[in-house]
Amino acid sequence: MALMRITSPHAHGPMSTSRVMQNVLLATIPGVIVLTHFFGFGTLVNILFGSVVALACEALALTLRKRPLGFYLGDYSALVTAVLLGIALPPYSPWWLICVGIASAILMAKHLYGGLGYNPFNPAMVGYVVLLISFPVQMTAWAPPRGAGELPSLLQALQACFLPASFDGVTMATPLDVMKQNSSLLVEDLWSQSPQFGRWAGLGWEWANLAFLAGGAWLLYQRIFTWHAPVAMLAALALMAAIFYDGGSSASGGSPLFHLLSGATMFGAFFIVTDPVSSAVSVRGRLVYGALIGLLIYIIRVRGNYPDAVAFAVLIMNFAAPFIDQYTQPRTYGHSASKEDT
Amino acid sequence: MSKVHTFHGGIHPPENKLQSVRTPIADAGVPAELVIPLSQHIGAPSGSVVEPGQRVLKGQVIAQPGGFVSVPQHAPTSGTIAAVEDRQIAHPSGYSAPCIVIASDGKDEWVDHSGSPDYESLDIGELLNRIRNAGIAGMGGAGFPSAVKLSVPPGTEIETLVINGTECEPYITADDILMRERAQQIIEGAKILRHLIAPGETLIGVEDNKPEGLAALRAAADGSGIEIVEFPTKYPSGGEKQLIEILTGKQVPSGGLPSQVGVVCMNIGSTVAIRDAVIEGRPLISRITTVTGEGVSEPQNFEVLIGTSIAYLLDKAGYQPSQASRLIMGGPMMGFTVPSPDVPIVKTTNCLLAPSAAELPMPPPAQACIRCGMCAEACPASLLPQQLFWFAQGKEFEKSEQHNLFDCIECGACSYVCPSNIPLVQYYRASKAEVLQMRRDQEKSEHSRVRFEARQERLAQEEAEKEAKRAARKKAAEEKARKAAESGGGEEDPIQAAIDRAKAKKAAQTEGGGETNELEKLEKAVTTTRKRLETAQGKLETAQAEGSDLVDALQTGVDKTKAKLEGAEKALHDYQQAATPAAEKSEEEKPANSAAQAAIEKAMAARAAETDLSPQEKARKQLEKLQQRLAKSEARLAEGKASGEEDKIIEALESTVTRLQDKVAQAQAQLGEAEVS
Repeated sequence: MALMRITSPHAHGPMSTSRVMQNVLLATIPGVIVLTHFFGFGTLVNILFGSVVALACEALALTLRKRPLGFYLGDYSALVTAVLLGIALPPYSPWWLICVGIASAILMAKHLYGGLGYNPFNPAMVGYVVLLISFPVQMTAWAPPRGAGELPSLLQALQACFLPASFDGVTMATPLDVMKQNSSLLVEDLWSQSPQFGRWAGLGWEWANLAFLAGGAWLLYQRIFTWHAPVAMLAALALMAAIFYDGGSSASGGSPLFHLLSGATMFGAFFIVTDPVSSAVSVRGRLVYGALIGLLIYIIRVRGNYPDAVAFAVLIMNFAAPFIDQYTQPRTYGHSASKEDT
Repeated sequence: MSKVHTFHGGIHPPENKLQSVRTPIADAGVPAELVIPLSQHIGAPSGSVVEPGQRVLKGQVIAQPGGFVSVPQHAPTSGTIAAVEDRQIAHPSGYSAPCIVIASDGKDEWVDHSGSPDYESLDIGELLNRIRNAGIAGMGGAGFPSAVKLSVPPGTEIETLVINGTECEPYITADDILMRERAQQIIEGAKILRHLIAPGETLIGVEDNKPEGLAALRAAADGSGIEIVEFPTKYPSGGEKQLIEILTGKQVPSGGLPSQVGVVCMNIGSTVAIRDAVIEGRPLISRITTVTGEGVSEPQNFEVLIGTSIAYLLDKAGYQPSQASRLIMGGPMMGFTVPSPDVPIVKTTNCLLAPSAAELPMPPPAQACIRCGMCAEACPASLLPQQLFWFAQGKEFEKSEQHNLFDCIECGACSYVCPSNIPLVQYYRASKAEVLQMRRDQEKSEHSRVRFEARQERLAQEEAEKEAKRAARKKAAEEKARKAAESGGGEEDPIQAAIDRAKAKKAAQTEGGGETNELEKLEKAVTTTRKRLETAQGKLETAQAEGSDLVDALQTGVDKTKAKLEGAEKALHDYQQAATPAAEKSEEEKPANSAAQAAIEKAMAARAAETDLSPQEKARKQLEKLQQRLAKSEARLAEGKASGEEDKIIEALESTVTRLQDKVAQAQAQLGEAEVS
């Protein structure tokens, strides 16, 4: 009788990479709903069209690399990249912008480096930054939120995407932009004079951030990732904002709550910073990695040229991740704490 | 109640323990044939002390320990030794190893044995000896000889004796059922161990998923001072290092032994075996083995004789081969698949798992590592499995070692949680093997380097010694000369002496009597040879004209003479070169020589390849030498035979003679060839 011979362990847990990716996709749903509610169908169109382009790019790359399509497309990683980039792009982006962004993310940032697991940089953020540097006008044109302007209909949203020349959209500076440009008004006055602001932060933005926080919390509960990197990032950002809040003067960088609920803070903390491939690996390493991203986000938001900074901060720390790993190796069982890591 | 600590990581796989504890321990009985491998433990294999055909009794020693870290083996039942041969054994590689095969006679007749219930009166050394002689090796899985483990280095203070009743692997219930049914014996065994190593405290650690076993143990331990510690179920709590951390909060240093932190750890099964050996004098010839999985219809625990074949035991549990996808010895996390159901149960076999394909499905193809870190969270050794995997793929073994690859206990927790189904443990095993091989190679090359350097040093030293001797001799000679000069010629001027020597030399040169003679002789030789050559060439021409058979022979003769002439010319030329004054004298002969010179050069070109000695001459000389040696050897042989030497010597001499005879024949053949050509 021929018996099967394989080595231990024979048992395997229920987790799989595609399930991890599916969970991430599911966790974005509350945020996408809130974004759609406040900014119209633009984000949804971004995501859906982006997903199609992403799958096509992934299939193309896999074919060129002579990999089985079904097995690799089934890991959902391309969809995750598309959804994350779709959320990050301004609503009502033209089709070519989405195509360039997705192609940069999937072909350049992911497959040129060897595909899933081998990319040193977060693909969605690479796509985002390529667009931000190449097409700054389109990338900073955010639609006004519900309550501050008219929302385009679904048809108009499709028109904006596929017939951009015939779409005449209204845009409005984001709250982070307003805060950055402000040099004369007290924060309190700025709040009352600008329609972009809501209760704690930007109108609509605060709810979108809370929705992404909820999605992230669910992922934490599902043990998809650990709390270390996102919490370290949020804590560092809040700490920086608190230190430089300045009591709300005209030179203030904004309150901690404003920063936590503005722009891509929560989305970045739970969906970008937690990307395991491009982050540091150990628990201590992820604390350092997250905290430094939080620090960079604040510095770039307040002192840099761009109103939001998650993408740049994440990419810079992607560079630093192997270095952090070098110095944050955990103490192995039976080794003394003073062991040199070098 | 001592405080319960925890260790990093760990997982909670489905336990699957209930199905095999529904019935009490069953006796597996005596199979017709028992196969006892000589190596069932860590350390040197035992050495068989029985012969095929010999009758043995149950409990009789059939193999002695092969070293300090080794154990003896005993006959599990009475019968006859059928064979001592290589049989396939239960090992991940499925290889064959020496085994003693016993054909049982069904009588199950015991050898004389007796225990000492009053073990406290025994000497510690004697007690250890009994444990060693009972063949007890760790029954939890590793099989380390228990007596060695209990021989604590002198001067080591043991604070805690830990009895390991954790049994953290899924499916296995051998220890659980032992606690339920034989709690009293466990406590007795623990008392013996306590007596042996005199620890500060004695703890029995049990996971909280065995409430019945815990209750039985607590009842049995009441008033004994032995503490039963219950702690949360988590795999791999039963790993020695992990259990020590749970119970004491201490970590065993990397590469060290538990005794370094004042702990000795003993498996609960081994504890009972020690108790049986000491109190009843019963060696380790049977153990409790769980047979479970969906491939058997009646999963349960068996008291089974060591050496029973797996097939026999599976049969008792209602094995359905069609149901089982593989056979695992041990649990689903650290057990290994067995090559065939004919391999025997050994002292470390705590479980036989026959899972169905649905129960433990085939691993799907591995996906890319996304460095999610779930493995690092699960690792009980606080390693970074994803990094180790990365290094293993890139064969960066230095980095693997720097990331403490060798602290991996291969528990499989990382592979279990890996969402990408990467066989991580397999990668680490391969890495470890590669690193060990590299270390061995390095050791080897280091060894060669040291040897080479030592040789160089020795040669240099010898050279220096020679040089020193030479210098000493030179010095002595100089000294002697100086002394002679001092005593003889008194204050002779060395410069004057040198001048005298030069003068004497010059005079000899101008005189040059002997040298002229030499020159004449050489010239004469050249002339005669040339004449002979001319004659020979004349003859050759005639022969060629007549088409005689002798042409070939004559041609050889001409060639030979040419060569001789060449030699003579060369000698003459050399002589003229060396003695310049002599060259002046032969000036007038030069024109006469020039024609001959041309001929000689022609001959030289023609015979450039020919060596000084013709092959014929060489072969002849060789033959002569060999014949001499042969004669000598034959004489010696005759002498040896006459004086009645030992047969061996005669034989050796005879073979020498034969060899030489062969060689002579060969040389003769060569000579013949040379002459013909």
